[in-house]
Amino acid sequence: MSDVGKTSVPAKISPAGKVMRDGLWYNNPIFVQVLGICSTLAVTNNLRNTLIMVLGVSFATSMGSLTLSALRELIPRKVRMIVQVLVLSFYVIIIDIVLRAYQPAISKQLGPYVGLIITNCILMGRAEAFAASNPPGLAFLDGLANGLGYGWVLLVIAVIREFLGFGSLFGFKLVGDWFTPWTIMVMAPSAFFLVAIALWIANNYKAKVAAAAKPAVSTGAGASAGQGGKQ
Amino acid sequence: MIDAPSVGLLSLFLASILTSNVLLANFLGTCSFISISKDFKSSMGLGVAVTLVIGITAAVCWAVLYFIIKPLGIEYLSFIIFIIVIAGVVQMLEMIIDRFSPALYMALGIFLPLITVNCAVLGVILFMQIRKYNFPQAVVFGFGSGAGWWLAIMLLASIRKKLDSNNAIPAGLKGTGITLITIGFMAMAFVGFSGMIAVQ
Repeated sequence: MSDVGKTSVPAKISPAGKVMRDGLWYNNPIFVQVLGICSTLAVTNNLRNTLIMVLGVSFATSMGSLTLSALRELIPRKVRMIVQVLVLSFYVIIIDIVLRAYQPAISKQLGPYVGLIITNCILMGRAEAFAASNPPGLAFLDGLANGLGYGWVLLVIAVIREFLGFGSLFGFKLVGDWFTPWTIMVMAPSAFFLVAIALWIANNYKAKVAAAAKPAVSTGAGASAGQGGKQ
Repeated sequence: MIDAPSVGLLSLFLASILTSNVLLANFLGTCSFISISKDFKSSMGLGVAVTLVIGITAAVCWAVLYFIIKPLGIEYLSFIIFIIVIAGVVQMLEMIIDRFSPALYMALGIFLPLITVNCAVLGVILFMQIRKYNFPQAVVFGFGSGAGWWLAIMLLASIRKKLDSNNAIPAGLKGTGITLITIGFMAMAFVGFSGMIAVQ
């Protein structure tokens, strides 16, 4: 998980670029770290709700990482966890209040899942693995990249689930009456299947890339080593 | 969803285990579920711990919600307060178990701190708040959800034991991938319960 900090950076890529690339692909929270799928899978049968959740998670991860990184010298090690949780819940409360004020209908639909961003493992994971040992600017980028890296996978899943489950995207009907909605796509099991399929595709693609670039292994090996460790 | 105060306690208990299983229907607690279910014994330990913690925190948070948060009108702080209560309960449970049953403490030891950030715990409490359960309902819902999570992780751990010796799984799907698919099938099986208890 913490290989962001220690792998040798290829000369042509700046630390910021590497952080972004890791979060979005090489160290993607869903494909490699398999973190944080709890709270957000539940809303992926609806593209609009997913988008709101993704933005919320990205906001909380990036701002939380920024704050915790700025405070990292001041937090005693013993109470680190509880401070992290408190800072993160502070940002989640902001999201909740803003959502309740401007989008009350969506806030009602999301129900407990906005509050559950607090216990999303990505937040704590990034705070612990990256923000605790890196400067604020980079930590912010890392949080943002991880939030978005997590987000694009969920958005893809949401597009599939909403389209097949309701025949619509963002609530707009896209197909005629001939279309029979796949009820399974609206229900919980499909989310697990789709994440598994996405993971399968990503793993196969990575294996192919790693096989093709056998001699120059620096990044590919890092990614697949992380994968192996997880299993 | 279970509609609050008119629900009988027994049907609420069964519903929280089977029809609206906290993990298979609401996706709560998936992270630790996937990583711990590799090992049967650990699954048992974590299942017991989660059930205890959810049950107790549901009761404590109910009291905190209706005797402290509501009277003071500080609902906007409820996330922070719930998290602190959960951390406190986990810490206290750890000390009590350590004092009275060192054997159980050794078995649960590593899992207890992990539970603080298990989404299932906070999720159950937020559901309790949104659905406006009364005290007995909150306790029953808490223990029921915990038991549902426990049941699910035991089922998955048993299935994974068999899966490990299977070589037919494609390489890209090994580990997490096949586990997610297994959970998907379990969720489908649990959808079958949904007509059984009519607390929609």
